[in-house]
Amino acid sequence: MLSCNIKGVVNKFPLRIVAEKVINKEVDFNPDFLKHMFGKIEWKALVDGARSMGYTELPDHAPDTKLLESDDESFLIQFHHALLELHLEEGSLVCPETGRKISVNKGIPNLLLHEDEV
Amino acid sequence: MWFLCVFYHRLLDFRKPEVEALAELFGEEIAENESLQWRLPQHHHNDTPFHFVQLSSEEIATNIAKRSILVKGMYELWGEGTCYEELEESIKSYPDSRKLPFLTSGSTFRISVETFGKAMTFEEQNDRIRSFTYIPFEGKVDLKNPDHNFFLMEMDESEENNGLPPIVQRRIFFGREVGFADRKLLPTFQLKSRTYLGPTAMDAEMAFLMANQAKATSGKLVYDPFVGTGSILVSAARFGAMTMGADIDIRVVRDGRGPDCNVWSNFKQYGLPMPVALLRMDNNLPPWRSGLKEIFDAIICDPPYGVRACGRKSGGRKILRGTVDPYTVPDDKRTDHIPSTGAYSLVECVHDLLHLAARMLVMKGRLVFFFPVLRDDNGGEVKFPEHPCFKLVAVSEQILSSRYSRVLLTMVKVEPYSDEIEEAARLMHLEFRKNHLKWLEDGNIHSSVFKPIDSSQIHTDSKTFKDPKPKYRGKYV
Repeated sequence: MLSCNIKGVVNKFPLRIVAEKVINKEVDFNPDFLKHMFGKIEWKALVDGARSMGYTELPDHAPDTKLLESDDESFLIQFHHALLELHLEEGSLVCPETGRKISVNKGIPNLLLHEDEV
Repeated sequence: MWFLCVFYHRLLDFRKPEVEALAELFGEEIAENESLQWRLPQHHHNDTPFHFVQLSSEEIATNIAKRSILVKGMYELWGEGTCYEELEESIKSYPDSRKLPFLTSGSTFRISVETFGKAMTFEEQNDRIRSFTYIPFEGKVDLKNPDHNFFLMEMDESEENNGLPPIVQRRIFFGREVGFADRKLLPTFQLKSRTYLGPTAMDAEMAFLMANQAKATSGKLVYDPFVGTGSILVSAARFGAMTMGADIDIRVVRDGRGPDCNVWSNFKQYGLPMPVALLRMDNNLPPWRSGLKEIFDAIICDPPYGVRACGRKSGGRKILRGTVDPYTVPDDKRTDHIPSTGAYSLVECVHDLLHLAARMLVMKGRLVFFFPVLRDDNGGEVKFPEHPCFKLVAVSEQILSSRYSRVLLTMVKVEPYSDEIEEAARLMHLEFRKNHLKWLEDGNIHSSVFKPIDSSQIHTDSKTFKDPKPKYRGKYV
């Protein structure tokens, strides 16, 4: 969801994740919420992000929305885990163009820009 | 169906909007440009705790009452009158088909007596309950856990009581309870038992009211761009919503006061789901990827007004003034560098907030935020912020001091976010950057709130000076 907003940078998204410590948060499974979010997510960015945090179960290509409505919840459970339960505790997000590192510390990305980037 | 809705006698301005928001949440169908229908009991002032509201089903009424903070109870009215004879007539004429199902022999019931603006002894209460011999109760009395709860409510013609204007005539109501508010939430969530607090943590009752205005519920994503210690998001999470927060102060949002005293721990304390994400960012320069929009179902926040807490944005004081050019931090110092921030005027802050909401809220999504207002005795119309994407649906004032109050604004997104709106917002953003100092002076509410009283004025007025504010306390309660 986030991008690098340094002034003048064009190729801002997706930020590459460099993971140092990943933790698992347990989050209640809520299919309605996941269906709502599914349409808003850049699938490739999510897959790459999840992989760099060590979770490789997600399919390369976003499945058809029909799968979301089917009785088989295995995909939704994977999606749920990647989206909500994987939590980058320590590490950084790296801008694809400038290589600027956005540090993630105690689970919180520091997205404030430096003086010369505003 | 009309229901008698009895409110707690506090935060008067917030009562009806809460019921209206919850009615929508629980599926009451309200046509566009219309709102719920309200009716006052005869001779009652608008600020009375007794109101009638029209709802399509008892189920909705029950749900509203259960979830609300300010509804003491919702009742199906069986009768009303100015005296007990009149009440009897009224109850007798209420159709049996509505009464008898609740009076059957297999059921249990209880009758409670409530008064407003007067106290009644136990004997008086008993006398009144015993007088209901004309209602054919067949069930057993159960004071602890009855199937049906009946209420007798009495309000006398009092003088200047309760801060309300005098009531012309006594009024008595009798009805069957269909739901009541769960105020037990409040002692559980009260701030004094919260581990991590800041100077502007939102009071639990108000935070729940805000979450109700935002229609926070399971499966919704609620965002607070000025999250602080998370006090508003906690209430949204309590109602089942997913939460996400951001703040520019990294000490508040990341460090807190240690590993067990930070924003996360405030959620853990109540066994609530943690926020999806907490970010340290600047609302003036938000880092959302381009093309991302309509992702939040509600945005709830208490922006920094500059009275108790001041807003900050990127760019140092000197850079924003233009006295120094942006400088580059040497590479070896970059990792731990703390970027400087400058004052963020309320006007600009609200502009950024409205723009963020216009872009990031789903259609019909709600933006709920506090806006400070100077209490001008000259009675000028207050102008609230406006945006082409939003319709203002509720305005609730909470008076903070004789000088200023804060108003909870609830806006609904009614128009989609368009390229033109984006462009207009960008131009406005540049205008704010260019005239940073001017906006800072214009929007300074701090100085008006704290300026000393003009002593010359008091002196000249002292003969006629009695009490500048009318006795009526209305919104103070």
